[in-house]
Amino acid sequence: MSLEAVKIESKQKFIEIYQDNIDTLKNDAPEYINIARQKAFELFKNIGIPDKKNENYKYTDLNKEFDNGYKMYLSPKNIKFQINDIFRCDVPEINTKVILLLNGWYYDRENLITELPGGAIIGSFQKAAELYPDLVKKHFAQYADMEKEGMVALNTAFVKDGIFLYVPKDVLIEKPIQIINLLMDEEEGFTQHRNLFILEEGSQASVVVCDHTLSTPNFLTNSVSEIFVGQNAGFDYSRMQNEHNGSKQVSHLYFHQERDSRVNANTITLHGGLVRNNVHVLLNGEGCENNTYGLYLTDKGQHIDNYVFMDHAFPNCISNQLFKGVLDDFATGAFNGKVLVRKDAQKTKAFQANNNILLTDDADINTKPQLEIYADDVKCSHGATVGQLDEDAMFYLRARGIPKKEAKLLLMYAFANDVIKAIQVPALQDRIQDLVDKRLRGELSRCNSCQMHCC
Amino acid sequence: MLLIKNLRASVEGKEILKGINLEVKAGEVHAIMGPNGSGKSTLASVLAGREIFQVTEGKVSYFGKDLLEMSPEERASEGIFLGFQYPIEIPGVSMVNFMKTAVNEQRKHKGLDPISSSDFLKLMREKKELVELDAALANRSVNEGFSGGEKKRNEIFQMAMLEPKLSILDETDSGLDIDALRIVANGVNKLKTAENATIVITHYQRLLDYIIPDYVHVLNNGKIIKSGGKELAFELEEKGYDWLKNDSDK
Repeated sequence: MSLEAVKIESKQKFIEIYQDNIDTLKNDAPEYINIARQKAFELFKNIGIPDKKNENYKYTDLNKEFDNGYKMYLSPKNIKFQINDIFRCDVPEINTKVILLLNGWYYDRENLITELPGGAIIGSFQKAAELYPDLVKKHFAQYADMEKEGMVALNTAFVKDGIFLYVPKDVLIEKPIQIINLLMDEEEGFTQHRNLFILEEGSQASVVVCDHTLSTPNFLTNSVSEIFVGQNAGFDYSRMQNEHNGSKQVSHLYFHQERDSRVNANTITLHGGLVRNNVHVLLNGEGCENNTYGLYLTDKGQHIDNYVFMDHAFPNCISNQLFKGVLDDFATGAFNGKVLVRKDAQKTKAFQANNNILLTDDADINTKPQLEIYADDVKCSHGATVGQLDEDAMFYLRARGIPKKEAKLLLMYAFANDVIKAIQVPALQDRIQDLVDKRLRGELSRCNSCQMHCC
Repeated sequence: MLLIKNLRASVEGKEILKGINLEVKAGEVHAIMGPNGSGKSTLASVLAGREIFQVTEGKVSYFGKDLLEMSPEERASEGIFLGFQYPIEIPGVSMVNFMKTAVNEQRKHKGLDPISSSDFLKLMREKKELVELDAALANRSVNEGFSGGEKKRNEIFQMAMLEPKLSILDETDSGLDIDALRIVANGVNKLKTAENATIVITHYQRLLDYIIPDYVHVLNNGKIIKSGGKELAFELEEKGYDWLKNDSDK
């Protein structure tokens, strides 16, 4: 079958699923959600799934990945398990309440919404849309661009559940909130969760997101998170992608930052068959800071594609992007980062770097850092490197008695550490250091106390 | 300890070493001198096991074992130390982690347990003083941002930590001012015992005012063209290399 045929067929499949299940989809959803849904559906009918002709998806053909018969989760599937039996996170200093999504649905069906001290709310997106319509309506589908991005349109057309977090003005949530995206089923599945994080003015929170697969069938994920960070608010987002290699995921993070806000976003990709991460940042006021970092360690046939769009719309903002990767065997990857400095965004500081190490001749990475600057008083830099491990450094280490294998690990670990040390939660930083070390050694990257055999 | 017989080596098809013969015994200090491009650094690299050089002929035996059969890390663990002419910067690997790994890998090779953290730190402190290395440097990445003199002192510091049997110091003196040179030479002299040996490679006679060699060899065009006692160095200082070159060309 030609690619064009696959493309039309994948699109047609979702159009039919939508039409056949329109009642299930619209049922229980407030009117304002269904209006967005309908609009998204119309857009998706036009745009479809991006193919390689789309400049932003040049190195990752999603049509191929969506050409499957995976089941969609239009209602929560009842899989009972004792969460403490399979998952017990012992990273110190992390909120003991674990927020769990199972195949895209909020797991704790008895307690869909939890109120935290100070009036903060965490829980099911679906429930929040019903309970807090004014709040959700104000932010939902406001930042994720479904006009340009077919995958966001697809997610929005099928929107049901996901994570909702609300932190009111000047409220500080001290301990990081842990969110687990769990994929588990006996058959192949396609999930599309939708998250909404709202941080009001002066508030502060951090979340740690872990993506895990708990059973062997193949999974496909297309998730969208919209994150509103109000004036002078601070948000820390750390994510660990640790799905098995039969899984494919496309994720979209949309950060909307108001004046003087600060965001750190850090994505560590350890396992996963195909991973496409889109990060969009709009610096929508003066004095914002954004640090978007990524680390990917891949081998075998894994494919990793990071896309970042950093929009400097106002003056006096700072952004840093640092993406580093080690690719082994015949793993492939891409990095596409774009910094846009608008005409009035004077005194912008924007930095972008992508560094890669290829351990074999068969590993392959395409990197494309881009700057588009319309202001004249700015400080911007970008750069990309693709190389092998430094032979001189290898010899230096070996000449001191360090065996080749250990020397290689030391150098890879040192390379990765730039990204790891940017993780703001110290306890998590230690844990990720440990997982990265295991990953580089080719051992399973899972925490010792956790029973999740996620990879 | 070390016996080199008719050693020939080349890089990218070009022969650099054209039949080296040398014997080094325990307790000895050998100086290898010679003009630029004579093959001094190549000899050091070949002895340490650098893979870009191909040995085409000859034998090197080290304590009766075939040195050329060993990997660089095996040679190091068996007591060979190369002081690099241009020490490599390794961002992200701290000096402490680097030295601890090296010490423990060498201990493992000898069938010993890893050194305890407190013993290791004590050892670091002791050896740093020997070469007057700034304590703060130990917490930095290997050689990163070190001055030229600090890099060379760091080489001698590593030598002190690893206690090699045969040290090959490749132009450790070049680029050093006289104070740094004294510190480096002083370190080497203090580490000298009746059981170990040192090969110093230099093209400045100045170093030999501080490290007194037992033997001086002149290397030219891949061959040792003259050997003698320390007085040979003075002769070279006076007359340069040309009289020897002409001699050997005849």
